[in-house]
Amino acid sequence: MEPVNRMKIEFSSLAANVSFARVAAGAFASQLDFTLNDIEELKVAVSEAVTNSIIHGYQNDPAKIIELSAEIRCETLVLAVEDRGLGIDNIENALQPAYSTDPERMGLGFAFMQSFSDSLDVQSLPGKGTRVIMTRACRKEATPQQGH
Amino acid sequence: MDMHIEVKEKSMLVRLRGEIDLAVTDTLRESLEKELDDNSLIKNLIINLEGVTYIDSSGLGVILGRYRRVSRYGGKVFIVGATAQVKKVLELSGLLNIMQECPSEALALDLAG
Repeated sequence: MEPVNRMKIEFSSLAANVSFARVAAGAFASQLDFTLNDIEELKVAVSEAVTNSIIHGYQNDPAKIIELSAEIRCETLVLAVEDRGLGIDNIENALQPAYSTDPERMGLGFAFMQSFSDSLDVQSLPGKGTRVIMTRACRKEATPQQGH
Repeated sequence: MDMHIEVKEKSMLVRLRGEIDLAVTDTLRESLEKELDDNSLIKNLIINLEGVTYIDSSGLGVILGRYRRVSRYGGKVFIVGATAQVKKVLELSGLLNIMQECPSEALALDLAG
């Protein structure tokens, strides 16, 4: 099914752009009837994906580019964060909570992405890069039906 | 992010405001480490998150790193004033299982002794 709306932005792999990415994603998501709480959760998920690209994908190289794209399909938001960095050797290990190659980091990035989205798909090839795709459906609260 | 650090007896009281993500973690980590390096009397850490509007795993990593440091010498970390959104992330991370949440700085200071 064709998306109702879509956006794509590219930005430098800079820590300052983590907040830019989450605000942009949150603003786009607000076109759906998400609650403020939903939007806050989506912003965390996007921040974690962008942070992973900066730290792990690009090893903090500010010359590299990260791509954030989003689509709205059938009341569902599809978010993708993509880098052309180092890639992930073992996706299964990387998805384990508290798995981190850096002792100062919690290794919870993917755990937060999983918790705050309905589905998480991680596509990665060592040396080629990583694409993280998250979806989240907008669940409107059911309104009581009047008798017919 | 704004940060205010105050040392009260054996405790370091850290009041944070704003958003804590990858952009500020180096500054936060270095400031806390410097204070801990400079003042060997500090045993416990009290982190007031009342003014924090956003935190993710980058910020939590800094808190966990300082927890590891003070807990090596029997110190404790107290978390004060987390808003609902921040608390959700803290709970999900498991940090509240190893740190004590307190409703006020005063109580945290009492408990820290």
